[in-house]
Amino acid sequence: MSAAANAPAIRLVNLTLGYDRRPAVHHLEGEIAPGEGLAVCGPNGAGKSTLLKALAGLLAPLGGEIRFGGLSPRAVAYLPQVVDIDRAFPINVRDFVAMGALARVGLFGALNAAEQIRVGAAIETVGLVGFESRTLETLSGGQMQRALFARLIVQDQPVILLDEPFGAIDAATIDDLLALIARWRTEGRTVVAVLHELDIVRRAFPRTLLLARECIFWGDTRDALCEKNLVRARAMSEAFDERARECLRDEFDAEDKLHVH
Amino acid sequence: MFTDVFVTPFADYEFMRRALVGSLALALSGAPLGVFLILRRMSLAGDALSHAILPGAAVGYLVAGLSLPAMTFGGLFAGLVVALAAGAASRFTTLREDASLAAFYLVSLALGVTLVSLRGSNVDLLHVLFGSVVGLDDAALLLLVGVSTLTLILLAVFYRALVLDTLDPLFLRQTSAFGEFTPFLFLALVVLNLVAGFHALGTLMAVGVMMLPAAAARLWTRDLAVALPLAAGIGALCCYGGLVFSNETSAPTGPAIILAAGVVYFFSMIFGRAGGVLRLKRPRRHLEG
Repeated sequence: MSAAANAPAIRLVNLTLGYDRRPAVHHLEGEIAPGEGLAVCGPNGAGKSTLLKALAGLLAPLGGEIRFGGLSPRAVAYLPQVVDIDRAFPINVRDFVAMGALARVGLFGALNAAEQIRVGAAIETVGLVGFESRTLETLSGGQMQRALFARLIVQDQPVILLDEPFGAIDAATIDDLLALIARWRTEGRTVVAVLHELDIVRRAFPRTLLLARECIFWGDTRDALCEKNLVRARAMSEAFDERARECLRDEFDAEDKLHVH
Repeated sequence: MFTDVFVTPFADYEFMRRALVGSLALALSGAPLGVFLILRRMSLAGDALSHAILPGAAVGYLVAGLSLPAMTFGGLFAGLVVALAAGAASRFTTLREDASLAAFYLVSLALGVTLVSLRGSNVDLLHVLFGSVVGLDDAALLLLVGVSTLTLILLAVFYRALVLDTLDPLFLRQTSAFGEFTPFLFLALVVLNLVAGFHALGTLMAVGVMMLPAAAARLWTRDLAVALPLAAGIGALCCYGGLVFSNETSAPTGPAIILAAGVVYFFSMIFGRAGGVLRLKRPRRHLEG
């Protein structure tokens, strides 16, 4: 029943992402193994959210590519940082969580009994039992975040992307959601999360990508979050260089290779 | 007395029956679209599109005179062009959709008025701007009823896509290939209804039966599944009331229908159970938990 078993390895090949030709993530290279728990850390403006947006298939790369190992980029469940949801929209928690079934049910199919059981179970997992008929605008910030996680559960995708899922959330809720993330990992799902809380990263994510537009460090969390790396990440200049010229790194790399051969 | 006012005009005069059928068709499909326009915070987009239709109808009129197909196709074409161009401009330029829509409809309206006044008389301009619900012939009626039927069917079929696109467009885009297409389908339906509406009510009044019943319905319920039929019902009631009022006072029919909808709207603003002003006046005791 679960789609988790076939999580693909995700390869980032010389990936450059950005807006209006301005790189927000520059020449990133690496692999996210199946079932890996990867935290993406770095200062504001480091390109963390941009990277997740690209992994979710919502932003075309300026250069390089993302290889999904044969799986469709839509086989990804994505929780954006700023959820563009109109909370005043008249919909209750049960229907909202059921949105997660969209990829299987489609725009025209009926929500069958199995899907309804799945929705009920997801609501129970995140501790929102009793809230099923409440509308979104009556939920607190933490309850809304739990509802969004319930929707991710129902989506049941092998790859899950979380962009700062714990902003303004209390400790008890964070513990619950971390337990859920741990369960996803044991089910073989890949979880990539943008996080600022380094203690949570150390607790729950074995691997870390430290990003400051360029890759500062990608490896085991213990090594990634050492003082030396964090200082380097902080030294990143956030502002664009107004007179930046075209990046010729790819051409230089090619030339280097020619010289070697 | 009662039947004299409320039944006899429709029993005696065919043009009143036609006006009733035409405006009912318009209200039944337009008002639910209005509910979605409000939820998408595009209340003024309907207004803008109704202005944008004018030059198309005007070109149709210049080419073929007061001909239904020519003016319909012209209006449809102009409305769709403006909707698509404004949508594309907001995606590919730095301007947001409301700014591009405003820009496009203003140019379009100016062009329309210029075209009409170049050849037609003021009477023709008035007809295009304010329509004539009591002058509906068979072809116009069929158009109104056909558009209404098509709209209701498409609304039912694409209901989930529309709701998801209104609630969480990013989620729909990421999950379904249909996500990109949904806003255009919706705008096309709005344009279609406005074009059908301008024969009966004119380009400026056609938005009224869309927005006013929808706004009133939203003041009575928080449930979308109730708001959609309620808006259609209110719209239908206002069409009937407006026609009766117009028949009694010989006020022009289009404005009479919209004024009737306005009365219902202001009534709902005060007494509406889900958002009216009186709701704030007498707070009931708070609950135990």
